Amino acid sequence: MENIISIFVKSIFVDNMIFAYFLGMCSYLAVSKKVSTAIGLGVAVTFVLGITAPLNWLAFEYFLKPGAMAWTGIPTLATADLGFIGLIVYIAVIASFVQLLEMIIEKFSPALYSALGIFLPLIAVNCAILGGVLFMVARPYNLAEATTFGVGSGIGWFLAVVALAAIREKMKYSAVPAPLRGLGITFIIVGLMAFGFLSFMGFTI
Amino acid sequence: MKQFLKEKLEIARPLFEKGGKFEKLHSVYDGFATFLFVPGHTTHTGAHIRDGIDLKRTMFTVVISLVPALLFGIWNVGYQHFLAIGEKAAFIDQFLYGSLAVLPILVVSYAVGLGIEFAFAQFRGHAINEGFLVSGILIPLILPPTTPLWMVAVGTAFAVIIGKEVFGGTGMNLLNPALTARVFLFFAYPAALSGDIVWIADKPDAYSGATMLANAAAGAPLGYSFLDAFLGIIPGSIGETSTLMILIGAIILFATGIGSWKIMVSVFAGGWFMGLLMNLLAGDNSFMAMPAHYHLVIGGFAFGAVFMATDPVSAAQTERGKILYGVLIGVLTVMIRVWNPAYPEGMMMAILLMNVFAPLIDYFTIEANKKRRLSRAKNI
Repeated sequence: MENIISIFVKSIFVDNMIFAYFLGMCSYLAVSKKVSTAIGLGVAVTFVLGITAPLNWLAFEYFLKPGAMAWTGIPTLATADLGFIGLIVYIAVIASFVQLLEMIIEKFSPALYSALGIFLPLIAVNCAILGGVLFMVARPYNLAEATTFGVGSGIGWFLAVVALAAIREKMKYSAVPAPLRGLGITFIIVGLMAFGFLSFMGFTI
Repeated sequence: MKQFLKEKLEIARPLFEKGGKFEKLHSVYDGFATFLFVPGHTTHTGAHIRDGIDLKRTMFTVVISLVPALLFGIWNVGYQHFLAIGEKAAFIDQFLYGSLAVLPILVVSYAVGLGIEFAFAQFRGHAINEGFLVSGILIPLILPPTTPLWMVAVGTAFAVIIGKEVFGGTGMNLLNPALTARVFLFFAYPAALSGDIVWIADKPDAYSGATMLANAAAGAPLGYSFLDAFLGIIPGSIGETSTLMILIGAIILFATGIGSWKIMVSVFAGGWFMGLLMNLLAGDNSFMAMPAHYHLVIGGFAFGAVFMATDPVSAAQTERGKILYGVLIGVLTVMIRVWNPAYPEGMMMAILLMNVFAPLIDYFTIEANKKRRLSRAKNI
């Protein structure tokens, strides 16, 4: 139990997807102009990470890792190592999930659907999500820990994107020098935000 | 004298206005004139409130409230030095020695910061804002007395350009400029801003210059009493040591209504509460068992709570938001101090982190307020 809490807190603050690994930057920078849209995208990313992390954990544990298919009882399969198709499997799982999510959002919240625009299908190739899955595979997590890690990383990403959106809404009143307007100043903001998040670097939980 | 200055300024005015000889230097003239006298601007339409206080006078009040901490810091630098080399020295010698160590840092910080500020005002054609009057005195106060002057210059330049001017100048920055300078130096030159050797100017190698926080983190005896720490006769950054002098500053800020008492009180409350919680969970960890009120007087806690967290630009701006903002700073500071071995002091990092989240706190406070008023409107 203690382990779970530690993984949860660490994946939100210490190993934050944005500020520690700089993953998922494209949609992070693009969909952070308004807090309400940022909340929508943040929830979507958290949801996708929270579901695909355990799904991919199952795929890895029972199909992909060396000797994973011993449960089939077939001798040739029991020694097979399917690790080389790992990336394809993870992406397939993520992509099908995002498709599902897209249909759900379109049905229930057309406003959010149009606000997220192209970035909703692009969650499928959001580096934070594949990154989360790859980190999970590289670490010796069990199913519960993998789920916690997925949800935690998602919440960390959510916090980062919502905080940036609030800052950018406030920035509307600033007289930023013309060459820096738009993406330039946003990069500087993210850099300064990372200073704040360095608070957690080195926490031992 | 006053009359004379005013007349001279008036005579010079046309030179700096559009079409005048020194048109390009308009913002320099404007900055200087409004520094000396309340400007005579009025609004052209609608009602306006006449009040002598403007940005310059607000900033100057903060500078005045920092003077006790600065003077004490200067004396303490000298006192710690003579204590370290084991010589008895008269009060005036201690003060003079401290002045020699501190004033150059202050001069460099102001010269670099104001220079950049003036240059930006000229090129971008906006008025000179006096935001840097406060940052320029805060930067020396939060640095160790042994900081090399070129580092002060580099840190100040980073804070003013990247921390403030790229956002459009005073009033627009995301993080507190003085803390931006310090955090930049802290990560760029860690050896010059942390450890045991930097806190006392020119000390012999054998003398331990460890701060109370370093001692507490190492599980060693603190080395100083609560009263020492409250009065400030301990090693530390120049202006942060004396809680008493900082409280005098706090009273000035409070009486003039310039600093938010809500933030100050909630930072102290948050830190104290977290300290008590640590005591409950302490077990045999001596740092966690340290009495909660010690946290409030050692390190930069009081200084950060009174002068840094209350920065009206980077803090939360809604009244309810301020309380949450302050409490979280206090709680995080104590958590970082005790649980994060990477940093001896948590105040700087906690304030920067909450600066990042302040706009979000404001956003949700405002949304909640809208919802409350809407539901009230529906009930009528």
